[in-house]
Amino acid sequence: MATGFNPAPRQLLAIKAGLFVLALLPFGRLLLGALTDALGANPLEFITWNTGEWTLYFLTMTLAVTPLRRWSGWNWLIRLRRMIGLFAFFYAFLHFTAFFWFDHFFDLREMLRDAVRRPFILVGFAAFVLLIPLAVTSTNAMVKRLGGRRWQWLHRLIYVIVPLGLLHFWWMRAGKNNFAEPLIFALIVGFLLAVRVVWAWRKRAREQMARRPVA
Amino acid sequence: QQLATKANPAYTVADKQTAYKDATTYNNFYEFGTDKGSPARYASAMKTRPWTVSIEGEVGKPMTLDIDALLKLAPLEERVYRLRCVEGWSMVIPWIGYSLSALMKKVEPTSNAKYVQFVTAADRQAMNGLRYPVLDWPYTEGLRIDEAAHPLTLLTLGMYGEVLPNQNGAPVRIVVPWKYGFKSAKSIVAIRFVKDQPRTAWNRAAPGEYGFYSNVNPQVDHPRWSQASERRIGEDGFFTKKRPTLMFNGYDDVASLYSGMDLKKFY
Repeated sequence: MATGFNPAPRQLLAIKAGLFVLALLPFGRLLLGALTDALGANPLEFITWNTGEWTLYFLTMTLAVTPLRRWSGWNWLIRLRRMIGLFAFFYAFLHFTAFFWFDHFFDLREMLRDAVRRPFILVGFAAFVLLIPLAVTSTNAMVKRLGGRRWQWLHRLIYVIVPLGLLHFWWMRAGKNNFAEPLIFALIVGFLLAVRVVWAWRKRAREQMARRPVA
Repeated sequence: QQLATKANPAYTVADKQTAYKDATTYNNFYEFGTDKGSPARYASAMKTRPWTVSIEGEVGKPMTLDIDALLKLAPLEERVYRLRCVEGWSMVIPWIGYSLSALMKKVEPTSNAKYVQFVTAADRQAMNGLRYPVLDWPYTEGLRIDEAAHPLTLLTLGMYGEVLPNQNGAPVRIVVPWKYGFKSAKSIVAIRFVKDQPRTAWNRAAPGEYGFYSNVNPQVDHPRWSQASERRIGEDGFFTKKRPTLMFNGYDDVASLYSGMDLKKFY
């Protein structure tokens, strides 16, 4: 099945290094913008929103890896997924920190009270908390310790996390009736999830065919 | 274009004024797009001259005034008001205009006039945002007649010593400093005096979130934004806690307008 481009180990390393640098660019831009006061009239809001958006971008990318891999035959893409997922966590962490810092100035009680009053925050918070075990178990050692099967089951949490993140974004924008971007996200994520449902159906159909006695 | 004005110290808060650049590049004006930067980018497409405002409905003397007539209707004052957006940020802006009550005296509202509705421009040619059904266009707002007649309610023609920039609601808008910013309708084309409480754009879009009154009230939370505190644009930074929001945005004079009303219910 492995067709087309298949990088040698050194090439893969270069690709990973390139991806790492690219994935840090949004963070670098925020850092530079904050230092040079180039983030507009409300820089704190800009940082909060921008890190939230990048979290969604990276989460969506992790969901795109398997479909891309199956359609292109580029099996090596799977080797990039851990880094993409960890960057999703990185930006989610920045997003949460921005909220906790700028909105509540590290006042835990105030923050919790706010989360309860505004359910869209609670949803985003839940998505962030669910990401933590995935980030923690991302190392090879943890995969081994958990065993591949259990690890895979745990990491299927992503199918809960991404919709929660999307709901969080949607709900936030609902306050201003501003659905264009959440809608685009929903379509892409919906497509990436639907593809998996179709695959599961086909697989089951194939298995049933195989089980049928030969006449 | 500069405007000749006299400062009105009675309506000038001591807070530091927001930088002109921030006040003119960080705007909510959905007719030009939902992004905060869009109004500054696209509002120049709107022609603000000639411009007329029709004053109609329950008035003894309905009239249509052009912008020059409005500029001469009463002496222009400069007032420095706090502006509190429902999104949890605030600015301090030197507006130019006069009390709406000056205009009301000219048109003589009848005893049937219980509310005032503001109808704003909806020009498909100039306003890109109208292509999206984010709100029912044209954007409308409203006040109770006594709110409209309150001296703080400013018929606004300029800011920072000049005529209004397009993105801030040129050529004429209303500013109601004790209410969330969206109550202060921009680029007004008609002022209607009516008997019944008018529907307002945001109330129509999300009645559970935006009430008719929408007074700044730290005790009534919005599901999207905490209203207990606010961030002052250009001033509150990485190392300052957000400042507490004041009841009626600090304009306590208006409290008597609402005596006996449950402001949690009439949010």
